[in-house]
Amino acid sequence: MSSQTANDSTSGIDFQRIGLYAVLVVMAAFYLSPLESGLMTAFKSQEAFIGSTPFVPPPPSGFTVEPWFEAWSRLQLGVFNSLLLAIPATALSAIFGSLAAYGLTNVDWRGQVAVIMLFVAGIFVPYQSVLVPLTQFWTMVGLEDILAGVPLLAERTGLLELIITHTAYGIPICTILFRSYYATIDPEMLEAARLDGATVARIYWKIILPLSVPIFAVTLIYQFTQIWNDLLFALVLLTSPENQVVTLSLNQLQGSMVQQYNLQMAGAFVAALPTLVVYVLFGEQFAEGVAGES
Amino acid sequence: MREFIFRLFGRGRRPPDSDGDARPDGGTVTKEQTVGRSRLRDALDSDLLGSLPFWLPPALLIGLFVYGAIGWNVVISLTDWSGLGQPDYSSLSFAMYEEMLSDPTFWTATQNTFVLLIAFTVVTLLLGLLMAILVDQNIRFENTFRTIYLLPMSLSFVVTAIFWAWMYNPEIGLINVALRSVGLDFLAYAWLSDPRFSLAAVIFALMWQFSGYCMVVYLAGLRAIPTEQYEAARTDGASTIRMYRRVIIPQLRASTTSAAVVLMVFALKAFDFLFVLFGPTPGPSTDILSVMMFREAFRATNWAYGSAIATVLFLMALGVIGPYLYLQYSRGDL
Repeated sequence: MSSQTANDSTSGIDFQRIGLYAVLVVMAAFYLSPLESGLMTAFKSQEAFIGSTPFVPPPPSGFTVEPWFEAWSRLQLGVFNSLLLAIPATALSAIFGSLAAYGLTNVDWRGQVAVIMLFVAGIFVPYQSVLVPLTQFWTMVGLEDILAGVPLLAERTGLLELIITHTAYGIPICTILFRSYYATIDPEMLEAARLDGATVARIYWKIILPLSVPIFAVTLIYQFTQIWNDLLFALVLLTSPENQVVTLSLNQLQGSMVQQYNLQMAGAFVAALPTLVVYVLFGEQFAEGVAGES
Repeated sequence: MREFIFRLFGRGRRPPDSDGDARPDGGTVTKEQTVGRSRLRDALDSDLLGSLPFWLPPALLIGLFVYGAIGWNVVISLTDWSGLGQPDYSSLSFAMYEEMLSDPTFWTATQNTFVLLIAFTVVTLLLGLLMAILVDQNIRFENTFRTIYLLPMSLSFVVTAIFWAWMYNPEIGLINVALRSVGLDFLAYAWLSDPRFSLAAVIFALMWQFSGYCMVVYLAGLRAIPTEQYEAARTDGASTIRMYRRVIIPQLRASTTSAAVVLMVFALKAFDFLFVLFGPTPGPSTDILSVMMFREAFRATNWAYGSAIATVLFLMALGVIGPYLYLQYSRGDL
């Protein structure tokens, strides 16, 4: 697409085009300005960020990397726990989403519309309307007592609850993402496999799953970002400080270091780094996931 | 949304003259009836029964965590549960809803929630549409621009709230520094702490975060419009603005509807961003129902009262998504 544009403006200077690019660049600056001013501030000493313009790079005298070390030492436990939470929860909700989408798309049976309806509506449920029962449910289950004797899991029950919770609430959107992709698979190919005597499970394993790599990428990336970024469920479900996830740690850092903007900004970047890396590497897949929510 | 709903339900429905028509609703056919009709039984075995292991476990999880929890929440809202004890389900009443209706904080929060819902949705849609049209002009570096515009969507609300608290800092934040540098000192307000502007400041920051999403949705809509329509409008001598107003934008109605539904539902459950900026007790200018629900339930341990507010939020979300799904249905897209 961009190769054509070179020909468009061969005749003299096109002022409309220049204006268009000017607007695009100004808007890019607008979208990046909070990150840019945050990044600059994170490298400034206390005196430097109070005395200088936010988006200007730090002067040599005011340059410091101290905020990054401080932020890392305060957030590293949170980063570790967030990885422990986000990786299994992402994988589980994607796997469940794939299975459900297959059972509700490529296997044709009557009445699936009603089940699909429940999945779709599940995307839009405000989490506030399940929070109180959710905490009550986990209190009643009493995972801590059940796993009291299990060596590694006993101290991690809060995270385990959070993994199951995120998996359950992630299933609707994952199913819909997979379903819109599975709907494009040629039904005749599946019909041929069925006539050859392949079972429903075998068709999934041999045909659908190998075709699912691109949509798994989209779903995993989108879901990882969602789970990593969540604050509400963690706030409600996690009680012990050892299980704190990074969004909680960052919120605490922000609350306790009120005037230390350099530390706050460095902390924000440390907490955002995994999602930023994922976004920069897999922007297209993320965009697809985001668009699938609509 | 329209597209995937269409695909979603398009496949679920059989053509009327397919072989499935011969049997009643598949879920209610019993084994005995189907014995002897081997093709039908095979179909049942391979299709419904074969598909059960795939969708039933996730469906049960959703049934428990989403729908079961919503029902349970309604029941809790009818008790008078508060404090450290357990809920007493023996006497249910609407007492919490009566309390809610006479609570001025509830009405303030409701009002703010509606302002957020409408203003945020409108400005975000408009900016997203504008960005989509700009990006759709056959530009160079389209991927780079799109990536930048969508970038805020990948960040946690905790992160963006911290960025914007710094942006809005009255003395040394970027916004006021920029305003002062162009001589607009009188506009350099304390954006987040001034009750006149705090909600608008939140809406502006959320617009920054979500407009990239709207751009993506609109861009998909724009790209679905055949190029001939652009060319036809151009040969008719229509100006660019006129072409978009008369020809292109009216065709984006489906994109607008689906993006608006997502934005409105988000506005109802917006919590993280406001919680990080203002804490559980933000004061009347930025109190919204989702924060109030959290405060009542998880800070004041008024569990039943919190559940009642949560039920109201759920009904509001239903009020958004219900008509939308019905609209899709009546258009024949379901």
